[in-house]
Amino acid sequence: MSYTIEGRTGPWELVIGLEVHAQVISQAKLFSGAATAFGAGPNTQVSFVDAGFPGMLPVINGECVAQAVRTGLGLNAQINLWSRFDRKNYFYADLPQGYQISQFAHPIVGTGVIGIELADGSSKEIGITRLHLEQDAGKSLHDQHPTKSFIDLNRSGVALMEIVSEPDMRSPEEAGAYLTKLRQILRYLGTCDGNMDEGSMRADVNVSVRKAGEGYRTRCEVKNVNSIRFVMQAVEAEARRQIEIWEEGGEVHQETRLFDTGRGVTRSMRSKEDAHDYRYFPDPDLPPLVLDAAWVEELRAALPELPDARRARYVAEYGLSAYDAHVLVLEKETAAYYEAVAAGRDPKLAANWVMGDLFAALNRTRRDIADSAGLGPRSRRAAGPDAGRHPLRQAGQGGLRGDGGNRPGARRHRRGTRPPPGHRQRRDRGGGGSGAGRQCRQGGRIQIRQGQALRFLRRPSDEDHAGQGQPGAGERGHQAEAGLRRPDDRRAAWPGGLNRAEDTRPADAAAPRGWGPPRRAGFRRVAAGPGWFPSPCRGSAAHRPAPRCRW
Amino acid sequence: MHPTDFTLRGAAEALSEGAISAVELTRAHLDAIEALNPRLNAYVTVAADQALDQARASDERRARGEAGPLEGLPLGIKDLFCTKGLRTTAGSRILGNFVPPYESTVSANLLRDGAVFLGKLNLDEFAMGSSNTSSAFGPVENPWSRRNHPDTRLVPGGSSGGSAAAVAARLALGATATDTGGSIRQPAAFCGIAGIKPTYGRCSRYGIVAFASSLDQAGPVARTVEDCALLLRSMSGFDPKDSTSADMPVPDFAAACGRSMKGLRIGVPKEYRLEGMPHEIEALWQQGLEWLREAGAETVEISLPHTKYALPTYYIVAPAEASSNLARYDGVRYGLRVEERDGDLKDLYERTRAEGFGAEVKRRIMIGTYVLSHGYYDAYYLKAQKVRALIKRDFDEAFGRVDAIVTPATPSAAFGMHEKTDDPVTMYLNDVFTVTANLAGLPGLAVPAGLDAQGLPLGLQVIGRAFDEETVFAVGAALERAADFTALPSVRAGA
Repeated sequence: MSYTIEGRTGPWELVIGLEVHAQVISQAKLFSGAATAFGAGPNTQVSFVDAGFPGMLPVINGECVAQAVRTGLGLNAQINLWSRFDRKNYFYADLPQGYQISQFAHPIVGTGVIGIELADGSSKEIGITRLHLEQDAGKSLHDQHPTKSFIDLNRSGVALMEIVSEPDMRSPEEAGAYLTKLRQILRYLGTCDGNMDEGSMRADVNVSVRKAGEGYRTRCEVKNVNSIRFVMQAVEAEARRQIEIWEEGGEVHQETRLFDTGRGVTRSMRSKEDAHDYRYFPDPDLPPLVLDAAWVEELRAALPELPDARRARYVAEYGLSAYDAHVLVLEKETAAYYEAVAAGRDPKLAANWVMGDLFAALNRTRRDIADSAGLGPRSRRAAGPDAGRHPLRQAGQGGLRGDGGNRPGARRHRRGTRPPPGHRQRRDRGGGGSGAGRQCRQGGRIQIRQGQALRFLRRPSDEDHAGQGQPGAGERGHQAEAGLRRPDDRRAAWPGGLNRAEDTRPADAAAPRGWGPPRRAGFRRVAAGPGWFPSPCRGSAAHRPAPRCRW
Repeated sequence: MHPTDFTLRGAAEALSEGAISAVELTRAHLDAIEALNPRLNAYVTVAADQALDQARASDERRARGEAGPLEGLPLGIKDLFCTKGLRTTAGSRILGNFVPPYESTVSANLLRDGAVFLGKLNLDEFAMGSSNTSSAFGPVENPWSRRNHPDTRLVPGGSSGGSAAAVAARLALGATATDTGGSIRQPAAFCGIAGIKPTYGRCSRYGIVAFASSLDQAGPVARTVEDCALLLRSMSGFDPKDSTSADMPVPDFAAACGRSMKGLRIGVPKEYRLEGMPHEIEALWQQGLEWLREAGAETVEISLPHTKYALPTYYIVAPAEASSNLARYDGVRYGLRVEERDGDLKDLYERTRAEGFGAEVKRRIMIGTYVLSHGYYDAYYLKAQKVRALIKRDFDEAFGRVDAIVTPATPSAAFGMHEKTDDPVTMYLNDVFTVTANLAGLPGLAVPAGLDAQGLPLGLQVIGRAFDEETVFAVGAALERAADFTALPSVRAGA
């Protein structure tokens, strides 16, 4: 039966849509070469581009584009071969450029769909409205000083995918299942680590309520909810708040709210009237992003097996129950581990061992299969093929010995995930890559010691300009060991994907043609030079409110 | 001959023959700057020690046989180009004493080729202006003066007024400049020198303080067309750090300066014949066309029907982009910071930006913010982009029939410092002949071609196809030869 909340006036349905911000797994930021690793010292992964220095320009990181396309493919979504970056203008101390580069009118990924499974065994399809690429802002730290705030720009410029769902969910459980499934797909794809604790996945939850048979009533958006459990709680709390307002004869006003996890209630952040006018317009520093259909097909062909397919295969090939298959594919690492164990053996026995003995042992020792040292998600290693060999051998000897089987993998893993020493810089076409100095803000107070900032920025290591800075050998080693063997974001792994602008862009979005220079090789074979200016887009569509949750 | 009287080409030859050293040449220019800059105010920063160090290093390179194409040639750099270790102001208070820890690609290219940097040149604040009167470092004076009123101080044009005045007064052999709506060509015309805005994408914008990203383009000013060609060749080239940079081969522009005019078709746009335009300018235009015909070219009347919309289009697009580009000057990370009251972040922004920006910059930020605002975007910004596409199309169609277009560079000669400054719209009209090339991304060259009745220089403009600077240089050089422009400004080194 469909989920409702019983009010004084009868049952109320919930309508829920999610906007998920997922941090792209990439070595470098979306428009600069600064590194993206979690947990580095404040302002140690900041290029002059990220810090908004005069004359600095964004250059797109092709690997981030590939990750967005992979994600779109994984969400069964339409890939837009022509997309564009816009500027979202607003002032804040942790937004160095005074604007965020985003995709407002023309996202890289259009509509898609994912299937969710519910506790009663039923399943449901949830529509995806769009996925777009955008930059993250920096981080303000308000609790470090009694009167000032501190600012960490490490996150400034990191690539995010904003994944917007249709308002297709009808219960907290569905919202939770959607988020769980989305996270699972992203992790299978290797496009986002899904670690909500570290903020690499955050959800804005749109909620409204209605009586059966009604259209949509006014929605409210609960911002920045950072766990699946909190999303489910926030949905319910916000729905109950709205029901109370309606039942008391009041009216729900569209606004942005925050979820107070301690008290389990939402509170107002800003009303619609206070909403910013972001003055979106096409970023004149960036030509439109044009993808080659053949390149998209290459990415499609190289996609890993996704959870639904894998679950179906376990049932079909291994004869597992639907439930066992579901449990084994929840985490990519578990599935890989299971397959290694099951190879050449009775798959049902292997499933029983993994789900029984191994899970129990991991529970006992508070480890998980991929990350027994308890380190961050970037250090997560697909434990299966390697770590699985050990218990497999033991299984061959007739003894499945609990947690001991996991130990060698764990040891290797601890070694591999040692935090890198000091400052890290991937490749930076934007200039140097160190911190923008000490910055603090508290209750609106900002304090930056400029001299220090400049001294810091003039460190010799900042001499490395675009594409010349090489990750140190030690870092490379670390990356390899940590299992992040992603092709070097900008230099190598771009298979000449993007193609000429004229071929694919919508006719009404076309810049005047034929006045650009020949396209450059590689992914930026978008018209450089004057060719792509100006590009009036789809009539007035450019300034339509963003197609977020469409209700 | 005084060393500051060399053309760039002449100085390069004198250096290679050993007739003069880079140190001597640099010192002569530094002496000239010391003598004349207090009056002209063309330089905001003189890097004398650094310049002499560079000159010594250049002489050593030459002695080792490692001379680059611009080896030992002293240049001025517009203070919009970030220069590593050398204060960069953009003519604004808001950058404070910002010292870039990086070098712009264009200036780095010049250093790579052996150039010596004398210092940083004054400009309108953030390159916004046509008179170089909006600089936070004071106005620049045009080294030319009126025959009948020699005491009237004239503007050098803008925004690259410091660049043009310095080169005209022989305080540099050549200079970098930038052009968003005419900021190279108009001051070049006002100061009786040559200047080219190349095709959008020809020079990297990396490290140039941004005004309007889709219009900004760097280029050189120098005393001859050929000197401009030599400088542009060094400044140009693909730069992976600028996504709008064009991956195009850089031809030998100087070689194109000698090309024949025979068989070339020169377009004469009828829409550029403005009502109320001084007769002298019309006469000079006709004279220029006659010179080209005498040299073997054919002149053809063409129509660029959307020309009349160019100025309003420009004054929507440029401020819109500027309002966003200048948001980063907020007092938080570098540059000027005016402390806030009561710990209010907004107050910090307001005080810093109120004190840091001058009136013209504030005006354009407000215009730009307005035209991008919700409810106004379609009527202004989006419509302007569509008109821009039509202006571009006008040129595309014209270049199906002609190889280059020749127009006046400016609607008047240099004006007095206090003559046009109270009405911004009158000031904006200065750009009427030049903004079209920016909107269409095309190369445009200004070349001095004659004097008005007051003895002030007047320039002609050559506009070419995208990435066909060679034809532009060829036509410009032909006009230069025919005009035989030998007049000199009253204020100049060695005079």
